[in-house]
Amino acid sequence: MDSLLLFFRKLAIFFRREKFSSEMEEEMAFHREQQEKALLSDGVAPESARYTAKRHFGNATQLKEQAHEVVSFRFETVLQDFRFAFRQLRKNPGFTFTAIGMLALGICASVAIFAFVDAALIKPLPYRDPTRLAGVFESIPECPQCPLSYPDYLDWKRLNTVFTSLDVYQRNGFLLSTPEGAQTARGLRVSDGFLRTLGITPLLGRDFYPGEDLSSAQPTVLLSYAAWQQRYGGKEDVLGQTVILDGVQHTIIGVLPREFQFAPARSPEFWAALHAPNSCELRRSCHGLMAIGRLKDGISIQTALADTKSIAAQLEIQYPDSNRGQGAAVAPLTEVIVGDIRPILLVLLGGAGLLLLIACVNVTSLLLVRSEGRRREIAVRGALGASSARLVRQFATEGLVLVAAGGSMGIILASWLMRLLTRLIPTDMMANMSFLQDFGFNLRLGAFAFAIAILCMALFSVVPTWRLSLSSLRGGLVEATRGSSGNSWRRLGSNLVVMEIAIAMVLLVGAGLLGKSLYRLLHVNLGFQPDHLATLAIDAPDAVYGKDELSIALARRVISEIEKLPAVQSVGISCLGIPMDGNGNTTWFRVIGRPWYGEHNDTPQRDVSPTYFSTLHAKLIRGRYFNENDDTSKPNFAIVNQAFARKYFSRDEDAIGKQLSFVPVATKPIEIVGVVEDIKEGPLDIPTPPVLYFPLNQNPSDSFTVVARTSQSEASLLPAMVAAIHQIDRNIAVHDEITMTERINTSQTAYLHHSSAWLVGGFAIMALLLSAIGLYGVVAYSVSQRTRELGIRLAPGAQPRAVYQLVMKEAGLLAAGGIAIGLACAVAAATLMHSLLFGVRSWDVSTLAAVAVVLGASALLASYVPARRAASLDPVDVLRSE
Amino acid sequence: MPKKADLLPGTLDMLILRTLKRAPQHGYGIALSIKHLSDDVLTVEEGSLYPALQRLLLRGWVKAEWKKTETNRRARFYTLTPAGRKQLGAELSQFEQMIAAIGRVLQDA
Repeated sequence: MDSLLLFFRKLAIFFRREKFSSEMEEEMAFHREQQEKALLSDGVAPESARYTAKRHFGNATQLKEQAHEVVSFRFETVLQDFRFAFRQLRKNPGFTFTAIGMLALGICASVAIFAFVDAALIKPLPYRDPTRLAGVFESIPECPQCPLSYPDYLDWKRLNTVFTSLDVYQRNGFLLSTPEGAQTARGLRVSDGFLRTLGITPLLGRDFYPGEDLSSAQPTVLLSYAAWQQRYGGKEDVLGQTVILDGVQHTIIGVLPREFQFAPARSPEFWAALHAPNSCELRRSCHGLMAIGRLKDGISIQTALADTKSIAAQLEIQYPDSNRGQGAAVAPLTEVIVGDIRPILLVLLGGAGLLLLIACVNVTSLLLVRSEGRRREIAVRGALGASSARLVRQFATEGLVLVAAGGSMGIILASWLMRLLTRLIPTDMMANMSFLQDFGFNLRLGAFAFAIAILCMALFSVVPTWRLSLSSLRGGLVEATRGSSGNSWRRLGSNLVVMEIAIAMVLLVGAGLLGKSLYRLLHVNLGFQPDHLATLAIDAPDAVYGKDELSIALARRVISEIEKLPAVQSVGISCLGIPMDGNGNTTWFRVIGRPWYGEHNDTPQRDVSPTYFSTLHAKLIRGRYFNENDDTSKPNFAIVNQAFARKYFSRDEDAIGKQLSFVPVATKPIEIVGVVEDIKEGPLDIPTPPVLYFPLNQNPSDSFTVVARTSQSEASLLPAMVAAIHQIDRNIAVHDEITMTERINTSQTAYLHHSSAWLVGGFAIMALLLSAIGLYGVVAYSVSQRTRELGIRLAPGAQPRAVYQLVMKEAGLLAAGGIAIGLACAVAAATLMHSLLFGVRSWDVSTLAAVAVVLGASALLASYVPARRAASLDPVDVLRSE
Repeated sequence: MPKKADLLPGTLDMLILRTLKRAPQHGYGIALSIKHLSDDVLTVEEGSLYPALQRLLLRGWVKAEWKKTETNRRARFYTLTPAGRKQLGAELSQFEQMIAAIGRVLQDA
């Protein structure tokens, strides 16, 4: 009630503001007159009476201002502040644009990177109660988080006491029959309860029912939303239709929700029930299934781990042949999905944060220079009656205007940068990171941007106020333009510049190290020649080519057809992967003639055509390559890599002629006939493990990868290769057509190194630029403050050289200080990100030295301009102008 | 002559209300009254009466009216309202409590 009354009284005055002022003035004038009269009648001289009356009354302007404040609405003074702030900023367009630009840059970088961090690390996984989900693995030393075998899965599911449900999935490329011939489609095989474990219900149709994942059930499949839209036009009558996957009719029973994503599955189109067991799943030693479990209430990851470990131990005793050494691992599902990219994102966020910090420091020092310039204005305003609270508010308002402009520009730039960055991510990589699917602006991002803005604003309003309160307002009036305040500012400004240079150093070293890592990574010894190689993968229908002789015939036909293409020099084939594919397909063996205690020597396996190694230009160290006659009529042969020879045979032992046998199911002896130099089969940053190569003719398959070497552009060969294969049979699906160089450059390791090196490099270059601008600002200001001193030095005959040196020395000291501090911080920061470095130590001397030189040089360049101006001063002009 | 004392913060409003309780006054008159009644001990930076008077007006504790003075000059006269009288009572009893409390503390020491 009272406040309402207050409001209306204020409102009444608001509309009669003129009258209010004139009445106030009249009243005050009356007061002074009365006082004067009283003094006069006391016998005071007229002059003195007027003066005394005025003095007794106090600062009329300030009092009127106070009275106004009593009756005015808050927003009126706020509006005044804004109007004044805009006027101030417009008066200094150079300052305004620089400050806004720098803020926009810093905020843009931080917001854009934070958007990725948010999507990957902060946003909870879109499943019911996602923190209760865990990835469950079998574990061996060579592969700490490995798939389960089907019999093990069934036992774990039955015996565990920690999961309410345990389900499995397996990525699977399906051969999809379409009227235009066969295509491959990304697919997933899942156990019946998979979606229920995640807490997802289909958008359309139904989920798998219990038992539908057994081979006794009718084959059924769920569509992803994207597949439903693209392949079936989003029509509802898709339910009940059939689709032929791998030559088997599947009934479509449902469609998954649009926003559903499961990154480890790589955006599959067809979600089929497991339909187990297949031939692999009959064997306890064939590991192909990734598992997820939902923890029971109150069960921690540690408890779950202990439980699964005890089950694994039990199975080891029960089935020593297949389960010896097979441990267990359990990790939060979030960790499984984003664990890999977390360090990179955090480093990028750190880089963006540092850039923002430099931008803020720069703007702060600009504000300081300006507050120095406005010292007199502020003093005058204070003397004329502006309260100090009002002055602080003025600075805060100017800060607000700067931050609002810089922030909104930064956010607009960020949304553009975010779109650009996501577009730069290759589709294949994106399928791996489907958590970026609903990437964009959201509440958390808004809150983040808002928090940044508030922090900047606080900084920008506090610093100038604090600076001004250091010296009394009166001082501002008395002081000559060049004096002690300049000195104290110079000290503060110098500290800021040292800080900036140090931060720039950290970013530059980070970028340098990441760049060097990338270089090392891309120049790692591959063991083959990657240029001029075209590769593609083939999936032929089992019903037609499944028999061994037919598979062998198909491989030969493919090789001969592609060899016929112009400029093709040689063609090779490998099943179970080619270089860069990973070390996933492994086998167990023992060396015959050695004691064997049932241990599992887990080794990647490749089945290759006779021409495979020569096509890659791999290097044969000893022995021979396979030839066309190495077929089932011969003894089994193998070629091993150097890592294999080193690991399993001593230095003076010759691997050639030694015999191996598979375990646990013994085969006829396998004789080693050759040793090749290590070929990078897996990720670039992982040392090549021992690898076993077998002749394709002894282990044929109807799905394999073709590698062709050409004397001309390998990219242009790819379409011709696809055409040649479709000439053989339209029902052979061709996929993953890519050149070897691209395969290397877009491999996850290379890609992540690449993008982090480029992004941090970009931040570093901007940081270098900003810190150079900052240094230039400080030195230039310092020179302008010292013009008189320098003039006096020059007048009696000091050489311009000496002045030049004076200025450069000051700048040099700042730069050296910044570089020294930066060096220490950089090494610390690099240690924190060591997991991202490859082949480079965090204190890589050459990087540190190079960065110090670059930074030093740019610092000298930045201070050269003001130094030269100082040296070319005309002492006469300087002294006269004072 | 005793040293002139600054006003305790927050007491100006009370003094103004107390002065107006005797009779309506203009600003200068209020200043004079405070000075005389306190035997010249309390001085107000005279101008600061005016923002304070605006505050009291806004609260509805005083009313203002332009009238002629004895010397036939136009001046704004302030009158205490019933609400102002109530407010004065409240402030006085609060003030007395505080003074008494301070007195007890000082005696004890």
